[in-house]
Amino acid sequence: MGKTLFDKVWDAHVVKKIESGPDQLYIDRHYCHEVTSPQAFDSLRKRGLKVFRPDKTFCSPDHNIPTKDQHLPIKDESSRIPVETLTMNAKEFGLTLFPLCDPRNGIIHVIGPEQGLTLPGTTIVCGDSHTSTHGALGAIAFGIGTSEIEMVLASQCVLQPKPKSMRIKINGELQPGVTSKDMALYLISKLGTGGATGYFVEFAGDAVKGLNLEQRMTLCNLSIEMGARGGMIAPDETTFEYLKNKPYSPKGEEWDKHLKYWRSLPSDEDAKFDCEIEFDAKDIEPRITFGTNPGMGIGVTQKIPAKPGNPTSVVSYLKALDYMGFQEAQSLEGVPVDYVFLGSCTNGRIQDFRDFASIVKGRRKAEGLTAWLVPGSRKVLQQIKDEGLDKVLEEAGFEIREPGCSACLAMNEDKVPSGKLCVSTSNRNFEGRQGPGARTILAGPLLAAATAVTGVITDPRKFI
Amino acid sequence: MARKFIVLKSTAVPLPIENIDTDQIIPARFLKATTKEGFGQNLFRDWRFDKEGNPVKGFVLNDPAYQGEILVAGKNFGCGSSREHAAWAIADYGFKAVVSSFFADIHKNNELNNFVLPVVVSEDFLSELFQSINEDPTTEITIDLPNQLITNEATGKSQTFEINPYKKECLMEGLDDIEYLLKNRKEIEDFEEKRKQEWN
Repeated sequence: MGKTLFDKVWDAHVVKKIESGPDQLYIDRHYCHEVTSPQAFDSLRKRGLKVFRPDKTFCSPDHNIPTKDQHLPIKDESSRIPVETLTMNAKEFGLTLFPLCDPRNGIIHVIGPEQGLTLPGTTIVCGDSHTSTHGALGAIAFGIGTSEIEMVLASQCVLQPKPKSMRIKINGELQPGVTSKDMALYLISKLGTGGATGYFVEFAGDAVKGLNLEQRMTLCNLSIEMGARGGMIAPDETTFEYLKNKPYSPKGEEWDKHLKYWRSLPSDEDAKFDCEIEFDAKDIEPRITFGTNPGMGIGVTQKIPAKPGNPTSVVSYLKALDYMGFQEAQSLEGVPVDYVFLGSCTNGRIQDFRDFASIVKGRRKAEGLTAWLVPGSRKVLQQIKDEGLDKVLEEAGFEIREPGCSACLAMNEDKVPSGKLCVSTSNRNFEGRQGPGARTILAGPLLAAATAVTGVITDPRKFI
Repeated sequence: MARKFIVLKSTAVPLPIENIDTDQIIPARFLKATTKEGFGQNLFRDWRFDKEGNPVKGFVLNDPAYQGEILVAGKNFGCGSSREHAAWAIADYGFKAVVSSFFADIHKNNELNNFVLPVVVSEDFLSELFQSINEDPTTEITIDLPNQLITNEATGKSQTFEINPYKKECLMEGLDDIEYLLKNRKEIEDFEEKRKQEWN
């Protein structure tokens, strides 16, 4: 019987199968940020251990960093300490660090691929659930907790039960004005936030193959929001083209050797999945969320759905609508918005800035609306300038900030005030995610841009 | 902090809400600490306290009628962020087990790695638990790890639960995965060597 892409990569990394227990999985790359790692380093120190393979861990501060004046010391002490702790730990344990202001610094899930650190057929972990992003290049990438970070630092392995496999095919072609973010939000609404729990997902089908690498990363990034351990896409010519000449990509003879291996990775014709689902791309319109988890979403022209039947579900549904200040069967198009956030590991790449700029070009930011445009990395910021998008955005009244996680989870000073409504290109609309009391509507960069120029929730197709 | 888990009999705190995400268990602004201690005081912070820091009346953790070492929650508990701080907060508050009909993967691992036992029960068993606790907050629940059995003492009904034998042993013996992996270093080096040869 044939093997799936996931099986091929997983099986090649099993050091040992523990009888009726998890697999001991070898990890090729470990990414590290300042929020989830300090306790792991601390514990290592207490046990008197060194990092087993220091050349396989790469660190970048991203969650706590300000998005203005990064050349100055971080003012807020509670943010400065974790960033300094990461710097100190990287130095003490001999790890590569991309510090603040370094041209390689940025959100860990943006810089991994752009540095060529994320490669097809590899295993990647990070103490961050959005590690699933790296699956876009055909890697097995998943988020882990701090105890597991310590395992990787101490042994370059984690203990994981092998997840089941799911293939989600999206056939056909995406309609104009619809992005891979809309695709992901559509899937999460269909499956629910726990719909793929216990599974590793392979995204396939023409609509997925047609995406460029940045768009694929958005889709895989959000696989965790349907509960999946991770999501991945078979590497193809688009992937190889993207990886050519990246700083850490293999070169010369090594490149040829890798390419040969990478070409062997896609799922075999006769591979069996534990679960297969298909959707049609033409059914997907620009999406928005109305509730307090990413699965509570609708097409922009649709109305908020009716109450669910199950009594516990009703309580959760009503709690969500009460928090958001919306009603059953309400249409959200035209609802005034206070903030727009473009950025995060979900939508902070050059493609997202191109998308956003394509709508606001020649228009003006709505009066009274606050817009935060935060590139995912220094490199993205440079690309924005190289492509002249900074001029387009500035002429439309927008300001570009410095890179970081920013208002996605508001660990720095970019907090949406209590009660304010934000259309956000990030990944989570949980209560208080963007600041205590902040209300979040998740959307793609096109809808965010259309909303930023009108000041109300707007279908981007009106501007295309 | 390694603790052995064998049998737990306790009253429980009910939280009949679905999709409780780790941002609710411990909001991001409390993740700045570089140690593992003290997260319990901010467990469910924004549901438990208002903006001024006063306890929110009606939230179950502020209701002295509900006490115990078991948290009973709606399905898909712990979805969202991988932050282990959520498991630290649950453990630090004093919970030794969480019962739900469904857990998110990463959070479930995080609980196990902190000697908090996630117990998956059927939807019906969970609804009945909520009902029993609602009718009588002194209702006890028994979680018997060796026999993988959970009992609602109000109704006398029991249900078996799943846990992989390796993790079961870790919990019963108070062992963590690092100790296992460290014993295994030679095999890891052999694996690296084998891979290197295959590649060349």
